[in-house]
Amino acid sequence: MSLSAKPLALHLGLIAVLFAAQFMLPSYHATNVSRIMVLSVFAMGYNIAFGYTGLLSLGHALFFAAGMYGMGLPIWTLGWAPVPALIAGLVAGGALAGLVGLLALRTAGVSFMIVTLMFAQAGYLTLLYLNTHTGGDEGFVVDSAARMIAGFDLSTDTPRYMAALILFAIAMLICLWLVRSPFGRVMVAMRENEERSRMLGYNPFRVKLTALVISGLYAGMAGAAYGMLFGYVGATFATIQYSILPMLYVLLGGAGTVIGPFLGALLMFYLIDIASGYTTAYLFVVGAALVVLVLFAPKGILGTIRERGLKWLP
Amino acid sequence: MAALMEAKGLTRHFGGLRAVDGVDFRLQQGEIHALIGPNGAGKTTFVSLLSGRIPVQSGTITLADEDITRLPAHARVKKGIAYTFQITSVYPRLTVFDNVALAAQSAGALGLEAQVAAALAQVNLAGFGGELAGNLSYGHQRLLEVAMGLALKPRILILDEPTQGLAAGEIEGFKTLVRSLVPATTVLLIEHNMDVVMDLATQITVLNFGKVLATGAPDAIRSNPEVQNAYLGGGDDAEG
Ligand SMILES: Nc1ncnc2c1ncn2[C@@H]1O[C@H](COP(=O)(O)OP(=O)(O)OP(=O)(O)O)[C@@H](O)[C@H]1O
Ligand SMILES: [Mg+2]
Repeated sequence: MSLSAKPLALHLGLIAVLFAAQFMLPSYHATNVSRIMVLSVFAMGYNIAFGYTGLLSLGHALFFAAGMYGMGLPIWTLGWAPVPALIAGLVAGGALAGLVGLLALRTAGVSFMIVTLMFAQAGYLTLLYLNTHTGGDEGFVVDSAARMIAGFDLSTDTPRYMAALILFAIAMLICLWLVRSPFGRVMVAMRENEERSRMLGYNPFRVKLTALVISGLYAGMAGAAYGMLFGYVGATFATIQYSILPMLYVLLGGAGTVIGPFLGALLMFYLIDIASGYTTAYLFVVGAALVVLVLFAPKGILGTIRERGLKWLP
Repeated sequence: MAALMEAKGLTRHFGGLRAVDGVDFRLQQGEIHALIGPNGAGKTTFVSLLSGRIPVQSGTITLADEDITRLPAHARVKKGIAYTFQITSVYPRLTVFDNVALAAQSAGALGLEAQVAAALAQVNLAGFGGELAGNLSYGHQRLLEVAMGLALKPRILILDEPTQGLAAGEIEGFKTLVRSLVPATTVLLIEHNMDVVMDLATQITVLNFGKVLATGAPDAIRSNPEVQNAYLGGGDDAEG
């Protein structure tokens, strides 16, 4: 396939642009873009489950928070070093997604939404209930000594931006590879026609569970990185809002596209940022944007572009 | 001779409706076995039990002497039982290539592109790989469905009314294709078009009201008065 050069060039190009951007953006915006890149990783994970495999989860905040606490708690209580703590966050996200999947994937459609929502809610309440161990709703600050990796202080602008960019780049390239792999094709097949896929010899439960675990690994990694880079671990990240956000990013940017989650996160982040400068009812603006989106571009920005001609867009 | 696949007392009721009612059935290696019967006779339901698409209520199914009655559908596919749907079930929003590739990679094919090209060529759809499956004509979707079955490289290929919607010329090509598959592949063919059945089948089983009415060689079936009554001469149309 000679076409595969084009997508690769596009994605590497985006990484190059983001690398260059740090030298041009003022500090405030550079920090914003760092946040957006980490949140995009979360949304990419959501996209693997929802956009590619068709699993509409309302519980991804649980996996994001699992990553964040999986990273933060070992540092806070056991004094772990940052790299093992980040790995612990990654694993926590994937493991919890596997556990939830084992139960929730016995359902589908609306029931799946409700079951994942309840699991996430249970996770949030558990964080509050165990407040002596988790810091409750106040959360805790990640020790600044544990935010140094290889001599780089991740609490300062440039290392933080670079760390976010490296994570983003790796996550995006893995996602690109995944969705173009044979397994990526099976994920889409499961979304498009589960009964047919079953009759082609694919075990729907296993395919969906695998996709959900990969999705959870992304969410967990993003949660761990978010806590590490911005220095705070808190229960707000386990609330329903953080399950909805990645869905909005994905819907806006284009479900089932590799860059869509980043584009959606970028636009939504700045939409909220700008709207909240004018009105306290900024969520109203977000809602209005979504209504427009659903009515006029239900496939999101990149989904629409792909449909209108850019067929090779992965 | 031991049967490749055997069903004993296979039963599936939908409420009070006895769709499949105690069917005994043997499929021999390498034959083209036609399954015929009037609309609603239970043919699709019966092969759905064989392929695992619908769970069995009672009875047993063996494949090469292994009991597969409780095996889930996807595992039966891996054991070499492929089913092509009566109601076309392709992935309309994926390309023809991806549709067939999904089947080929499930069979663990090395050299995916070549496998897909070969399966498409077998059904005369070479050159359609880049099209969206949903944009194909109905007849071509039927052929795509067959190509997906072939790409699974099955031991038993179950075809549920494959010629429905095909043009006369395409039916001739299809007959040649099916003949070329045996004896390596065993074919179980549900078909309303009697010309196709009589041309291809080496064995015929007639279902009626969920029960086996007769089974045997084409000539014996043709001259069986019960069959003529219930089906062949019974004014029921041979559509297609
Ligand atoms: N899922 C189901 N629920 C209820 N009834 C069903 C179901 N599937 C099939 N039936 C009924 O079972 C009977 C047998 O249906 P089946 O589709 O097996 O017949 P068939 O021989 O394949 O017919 P045709 O030639 O029209 O394809 C029919 O009366 C049908 O209405
Ligand atoms: Mg039928």
